[in-house]
Amino acid sequence: MLPLIVVVPMLGAAVAALLPAGRLPWLWATAVSWFMLWAAAGLAAQAMDLGVLSYWMGGWAPPFGIEYRLDPANALLALLIALLAAVVLPYAGPSLASEVPERKTPYLYAALLLFLAGQMGISVTGDAFNVFVFLEISSLATYTLIGLGRDRRALTASFSYLIMGTVGATFFLIGVGLLYALTGTLNMADLAARIPAVAETRTVHTAFAFIVVGVCLKLALFPLHLWLPNAYTYAPSAVTALMAATATKVAIYVLVRFIYTVFGPAFAFGDMPTAHLLVPLAVIGLLSTSVVAIGQGDIKRMLAYSSVAQIGYMVLGIGMATALGLTAALLHVFNHALMKGALFLALGCIAYRLGTTQLAVFPGLGRRMPWTMAAFVAGGLSLIGVPLTVGFISKWHLVLAAIELGWWPIVAVIIVGSLLAIIYIWRVVEVAYLQPAEDPGRCEAPLALLVPTWILVGLNFWFGIDTRVTIGIAERAAAMLTVGLNGGAP
Amino acid sequence: MDTVVDILLLAFLAVCAIAILRLRDLFAMAMMFGLFSLITAGLFTTMDAPDVAFTEAAVGAGISTILMLATLAQTARREQPVTGRSKLLPLLVVWVTGAVLIYGTVDLPAFGDPSAPVHTHVAPYYLQQSTADIGIPNVVASILASYRGYDTLGEVVVVFAAVVGVLALLGLRARPPRVVRRPVRRLDQHAVLKVIAKLVVPVILLFALYVQFHGEYSPGGGFQAGVIFAAAIILFALVFGLDEARQVIPPRVLQRLPAAGVLIFGGTGLLTMLLGGNYLDYDMLRESPQKAQQMGIIMVEIGVGVTVASVMLLIYFTFAERGRHRRPDGNGDDGPGGAAE
Amino acid sequence: MSFFAHYNYHLAIILAMIGLYTMISRTNLVKKVAGLNIFQVSVFILFISLGVVEDGTVPILSEGYTAYSNPLPHVLILTAIVVGVATTALALALIVRINEAYGTVEEDQVQAKDEEP
Repeated sequence: MLPLIVVVPMLGAAVAALLPAGRLPWLWATAVSWFMLWAAAGLAAQAMDLGVLSYWMGGWAPPFGIEYRLDPANALLALLIALLAAVVLPYAGPSLASEVPERKTPYLYAALLLFLAGQMGISVTGDAFNVFVFLEISSLATYTLIGLGRDRRALTASFSYLIMGTVGATFFLIGVGLLYALTGTLNMADLAARIPAVAETRTVHTAFAFIVVGVCLKLALFPLHLWLPNAYTYAPSAVTALMAATATKVAIYVLVRFIYTVFGPAFAFGDMPTAHLLVPLAVIGLLSTSVVAIGQGDIKRMLAYSSVAQIGYMVLGIGMATALGLTAALLHVFNHALMKGALFLALGCIAYRLGTTQLAVFPGLGRRMPWTMAAFVAGGLSLIGVPLTVGFISKWHLVLAAIELGWWPIVAVIIVGSLLAIIYIWRVVEVAYLQPAEDPGRCEAPLALLVPTWILVGLNFWFGIDTRVTIGIAERAAAMLTVGLNGGAP
Repeated sequence: MDTVVDILLLAFLAVCAIAILRLRDLFAMAMMFGLFSLITAGLFTTMDAPDVAFTEAAVGAGISTILMLATLAQTARREQPVTGRSKLLPLLVVWVTGAVLIYGTVDLPAFGDPSAPVHTHVAPYYLQQSTADIGIPNVVASILASYRGYDTLGEVVVVFAAVVGVLALLGLRARPPRVVRRPVRRLDQHAVLKVIAKLVVPVILLFALYVQFHGEYSPGGGFQAGVIFAAAIILFALVFGLDEARQVIPPRVLQRLPAAGVLIFGGTGLLTMLLGGNYLDYDMLRESPQKAQQMGIIMVEIGVGVTVASVMLLIYFTFAERGRHRRPDGNGDDGPGGAAE
Repeated sequence: MSFFAHYNYHLAIILAMIGLYTMISRTNLVKKVAGLNIFQVSVFILFISLGVVEDGTVPILSEGYTAYSNPLPHVLILTAIVVGVATTALALALIVRINEAYGTVEEDQVQAKDEEP
């Protein structure tokens, strides 16, 4: 089952490209995404039971062949990708039909499936070079999907992302090459076993720097985030929702995997000044992009800046180098996907009806599109971190982790970040509910869009109240990843 | 001796790179880029990497350069001078990157040192076991198609993703237009070119087949074969016109081939799973593991060849056709090659 | 280990720097793509240099030879070259569309046109 979760969307993309234009490619892609959810749920349960699942591609033993390796950390991620895909793809049909010409549907859904295959491939592989290959599969698909946006600025946004993304991937490749030069291996577990012997060399330090910078380009850590706002703003609605929910999360995972598993926390936080770099950048990024978000006229763009800010929270958790901090980061990876997914889907409903997401069309929307705006408000509450939502759960853990370390200023930063989120969400709510509409006609989005949106909203509350699954997996993953920190063997 | 050649080639490369940076005439820049790739291929040959050299020559000096020319034919011939931009940030980024890299190389094993970790861990396994496991002399082929065959599937999917992107962004008409004889042509008036092309194209196609099926014994394989096959058709298109080339392979068929190649490769993996093995474990295909491996390698290499050849052709056709419709004078049966005279 | 034992790497790094500089400092989009390609090629050279063995030969097994260059980097770089050309093709397709939408392929002019009301 482990290879199929990647192979099925990958070959599914080839099948989608062969289908005639129209609804068929969409239905096929939706079916594939549901298969992925089913497989991911089964695999996550297995990973929790067994600890680690290993699969040898081609039957060749690692480190000679490529290994797929699933443990609680990437099981959570695989579940997240599959869940978002299974909700967003049904939504994508009607939404994308209004934004992309019908004759392009076979390629459109092929690209969407390639994106999913790439993301899933990065998540489950245990081979450093294989990460690069799947990174490029998902990246090429993303460039295509962004470029299909209606505005001509989608083209330049896609091009800038292509340049930045390729530089990031090449930096990553340089890092992997330098590691290979000193260890002779590409398998992550084997690398982890062989790096301590050469950890004192300048080459390994350089490799670490290149991998971290390359991945941070991909995950849009401030100040390497410049490609992200335009990409999210001009991509088709459903694509933005899927990208915002999963793409940067997978990059976060790669960062976690390399810092904690491959290099090991002892090296990353002992020999290298990782925490001194990541934490300040996360804090500055979190605060500055939240402020920038407040001033945006396009709400999609506002949420894009908010995404960069939220990435700050995750990197903060990673930089804390404690089990609790990492738990919070992993939780926020999952929870932020749910909230941003819901928010971008709600915006997609507005774009579907009104053709734009500028704040100028929001007056009176609370009455004109009651269900859509209610979903937006619910997602917004989760983003702010109101109790009973997932946003609260992850921020609460982050605050606890900061208190554990005695980092009181960080606690203050997290609270200020939430206050800034209240301001930018309130701006929208105020305009939508308190300002009168110019055209008071009701124009609620169709059920085909509302149902997936509300499923994600519902999940925001479900996982905000019943936290056993998410916290259970995240704690288990964090405990496993931080073994080298808490007195265990390095 | 090797060292001298090495340094000379690398120095040439640096000169080419600086020329690419400085040339304002973009056509000249593209030609310089082709030269850069060709010298790189030479460098790879001196470093005992013929498979890589082969690919770099076919891709960098061939396909990339042609695509670049096709783009330039539709956009601008000259680069506009950069004004009002600070050079500080680019210089800073470049010097920091360079300095960190130099710092990183200090502790690298010496160039060519046989006791370096890369030569003592993992790689020796391939060199020693390849004969017993797979039984073909070209170790690069056995790693590419079997030990790390899954990477290669990913590589084929990357190529497929590129064509999905190009077709989604630019589109290609499904039917070739009626061939209209125009009185004024550019390249196909040249009798010498036509005669030589007619002689050379079949030989190139034959060579592509050789590279495809002899990849286990000598440098080559599905990827190189695919590019060479595409290059032959592109040469034909440049000399005889795009429409005639499109008569050879109808776009409706061609558009299905990239996906077909991916399915051949990926399907081989599914087949081995059905037979009870792991994904892409060719041992399941036949009784004798060696013969099974060789059979599996041939199957997946065909998938690679089909996808790569069709993708390269499709991308070229798409660019060339786009250029023809956008060209103001409306006369461009020869594709971008005609415009790049 | 002597500093000069790494001349191959150093020259590759110079190429990487020229490529990166071309990519960042130029506004012409085609030239940016060319710069990106040079940068990528420099990384290919880095990898292939790792695989070289003194007095070794090509990794095609034949009688009479015992020292072969390391085939693994070759395989990795074959893949990376393919990834590179795929990226280049997509980038050029975007450039063609940008040219059609804006009438220019100079980054600063494109930005100026977007800022017009």
